[in-house]
Amino acid sequence: MQKTVLNEDHLRSGARMVDFGGWEMPLHYGSQIEEHHAVRRDAGMFDVSHMCAVDIGGADSAAFLRRLIANNIDKLQVAGKALYSAMLNEAGGVIDDLIVYYLDENRYRVVINAATAAKDLRWMAARLADWQLAATITPRREGADALAMIAVQGPNARQKVWQVLPDSRSACESLKPFFAARSGDFFIARTGYTGEDGYEITLPAGQASELWTRLAAAGVQPCGLGARDTLRLEAGMNLYGQDMDENVSPLDAGLAWTVDLVNPRDFVGKAALVARPQQQQFLGLVLAERGVLRAHQKVIARQGAGEVTSGSFSPTMQKAIALARLPLAVAVGDSVEVAIRDKLLAARVVKPCFVRNGNILV
Amino acid sequence: MNTPSDLKYTRNHEWVRVEADGTITVGITDHAQELLGDLVFVELPDVGGEFSADQEVAVVESVKAASDVYAPVTGSIVDINPTAVETPEVVNQDAYAAWLFKMQPAAAGDLDTLLDAATYQQLVDAA
Repeated sequence: MQKTVLNEDHLRSGARMVDFGGWEMPLHYGSQIEEHHAVRRDAGMFDVSHMCAVDIGGADSAAFLRRLIANNIDKLQVAGKALYSAMLNEAGGVIDDLIVYYLDENRYRVVINAATAAKDLRWMAARLADWQLAATITPRREGADALAMIAVQGPNARQKVWQVLPDSRSACESLKPFFAARSGDFFIARTGYTGEDGYEITLPAGQASELWTRLAAAGVQPCGLGARDTLRLEAGMNLYGQDMDENVSPLDAGLAWTVDLVNPRDFVGKAALVARPQQQQFLGLVLAERGVLRAHQKVIARQGAGEVTSGSFSPTMQKAIALARLPLAVAVGDSVEVAIRDKLLAARVVKPCFVRNGNILV
Repeated sequence: MNTPSDLKYTRNHEWVRVEADGTITVGITDHAQELLGDLVFVELPDVGGEFSADQEVAVVESVKAASDVYAPVTGSIVDINPTAVETPEVVNQDAYAAWLFKMQPAAAGDLDTLLDAATYQQLVDAA
C-alpha cells in the first residue's frame, strides 16, 4: 500500500488507518464525529497528499485543457484562479472530477483524485499525443519534486494558518474563495471540501510533517477520511466513484454547473452530452424517520424510482441525509420513500447543500 | 481490546451474560464497536419476538456502516435497552454496560455453543 509523507504522523496520533484507493490513510483519530464538529465549529486538518497535483506546461497548455475538460479553461485569466470541472470520456461519462489552478502564462496545476490518478494520467497522455499539442504533463506526487497537500478547514482555520505561517498572511489574507497564491514554497488556495472556510496548502513533501505538527500545536484537530466524507456530504459535494463515474453523465450527477456547453469550443464528451440531455436530477434527501441513508438504497417517488448515491448520518443535523439521482419530475419539497432493509421510510427532497459555514440550510 | 472473562461471546462479535434467572443479556463487543466507529443508530426487536440462533435480531449503524446483530441462541426477547436506541453512543463509551436486548433461551443447553473469552480473543487476534 502507498503511504503519504505524513503516514508516521498519523500513526503517532493513534489514527485508525484504512486502504483508500491503494493508499493507507487515516479514517479517524478516535472519533469521526468529534472531528466533524471540530471543522464545523473551530478548525480541522486533513492530509490530502494522496491526491495528485499535475502540472501542465508549455505553449499549448491552454489549448490542451480547453479540449480535455468540460468547463471552459478560458474562465481562468488571473493567476491563482481555480476552476472545478470534470474530465469526460467520449460517451460523456465522468473519468474524474478535478480542480484546475491557473499558475501563470502557459502553466496550470490540475488536482486529480487518488484512486483515479493512474487512469487519468494515461488518458491525459494519450489525448496529448492524439492532438499533437506542445504541452508537458508532470505529476507531482512522487520523486524529488513531490508535493504534499494539507487542507485546513473550519471557521477559525485561516486564523490558525496565519498564526503558524505569519509570513503567508500578506499573500493569502485577501484571497477570495476559489483563488490561490504563492507564499515562498507554499501554494495556498482558499478552497476545500467541507462547506467551511479555509485553505488547501500545497507544499514540498519534505516540509509537510513540520507544518502538520505546528498546526496541531496551534489547536487544529487532525481529521480523517470519515469526517471528510460526512462534511462533504453535508456540503452537498460529489464524491467520485460514488456520486458519478465513467457511466454517469455530469448532467445527471448535479455537475451541469461545471460543464460549459455554451462556449463554442469542442471538448471530449461534448457531442455525447448534446445528444443525450439530462435524464435525472441530482438532489438531496433528509430522512424523516430514524435510520441511516446509504448508497444504493432505492428511492420511490410518485414520478418513478431513483437511487441514493451517497448517504450517511449528518452529525450537524442529527439526521440521516443523502445525495440521490431522482426522476426529473421530482421537485424540492416533495416527500418520497426510501427502501431501507425491509421497510419504506419517508424522506423529504431538498436542495443538495445541507450545511454551509456552520448553518443548516434545509 | 477489552474482553471480560466473565462473559460469553459469539463469532458474530456479540457478548452474552448468563443471568441467575436463566435469561441472557446481549450486546456487541468492544472490538465490534471499535471497528464500527461512532454509532448513530440502533434498532432493536419487539419484546416477545422469537428468533432462531444466528438470525438477525437488531441493527447497529455507525456513520460509516450498518451491521446486523444476531441471536446468540434460539429464544424469545424479554427486554430491550431503550437507552441504546435513544443514545447509541453509549455503546462506544462502554460496550459491556450498554446491553441491547435480553433473551429467554429455548434450551439452556444451547448456551454451551457460546465461546469463552480466551477463544473469542484468539478469533479476533487471528482475523
